[in-house]
Amino acid sequence: MLTIGLAHYLTVGAILLVLGIFGIFLNRKNVIVILMSVELILLSVNLNFVAFSAYLDDLAGQVFAMFVLTVAAAEAAIGLAIVVIYFRNRGSIEVEGISTLKG
Amino acid sequence: MIAALAFYLFAAILIASAVMVVTARNPVHSVLFLILAFFNAAALFLIAGAEFLAMILVIVYVGAVAVLFLFVVMMLDIDFAQLREGFQRYAPFGAVIGGILFLELAFVLGSWSFADSADDLRLSPNPGAGVTNAEALGRILYTDYVYLFQAAGMVLLVAMIGAIVLTHRDRPGTRRQSIADQVARANSISLEKVPVGAGVKELGIRRPPEPAAEPPRVTHDAGHGGHH
Repeated sequence: MLTIGLAHYLTVGAILLVLGIFGIFLNRKNVIVILMSVELILLSVNLNFVAFSAYLDDLAGQVFAMFVLTVAAAEAAIGLAIVVIYFRNRGSIEVEGISTLKG
Repeated sequence: MIAALAFYLFAAILIASAVMVVTARNPVHSVLFLILAFFNAAALFLIAGAEFLAMILVIVYVGAVAVLFLFVVMMLDIDFAQLREGFQRYAPFGAVIGGILFLELAFVLGSWSFADSADDLRLSPNPGAGVTNAEALGRILYTDYVYLFQAAGMVLLVAMIGAIVLTHRDRPGTRRQSIADQVARANSISLEKVPVGAGVKELGIRRPPEPAAEPPRVTHDAGHGGHH
């Protein structure tokens, strides 16, 4: 119980991933909170990478976690830019209203 | 012992703040709890021995991404109450999906094991105690993973250009440089020979136009009824 092993990290990562997915379902209308939930999911992925990297003493996991971080930052920037222009055009950020292309 | 207690503390705060991120009424509070979650995740990274990633997490996530979220949340004038409609409607659905997913993850986590040859399959083993985490990462990042590193740079470049292109807008009434017009303009430069001692005024060289004479003042003494 008092020695922290791989299972502890994996449990925390699993809970974080489930919370992120739960957040996507819970905030169906608010794109910004959905983006934050995606950040939480990517954070849980990073946690798993780092945990395995520490457990196996292999640095490749940390390198990959760094690239995940890069992609997450890029995703946040692009996603927020899209939110900004969508709000500028429509005056709302409701996800369910984004059906203009449906015809 | 202390490391274990610290792990439980940081993990508990991390999960609690993640719960608050998805359930907070105000998105500004969500962003602030997201920052708290990132700090605690960085602490967990530190406990796992990944100091460089922990610092990167604090700098990149807290310093850039979360602040970007904060800017956008505060910049957009959003009716938050309206966005919360259907919160109760979707909660059971999300809880069911999350529960199923968590059960599946628990099954996976409970039944797997490392392969016997896992130690031999390591791509870049940790060089040992004499090398710090940041140095070891730098050694492999710029040699073995240099193409991935460049690709990550390209991803960031494309993201930067994309964000600028997406949010840039032409306001009517702004003047901007038209290089083609500037190049095509004729007779914009003339050479004049000025004799020594002559002033520019006597020669009639072009000068900025004099301000127009003041219009004669209208007097209001004719009894029109001033509307002051």
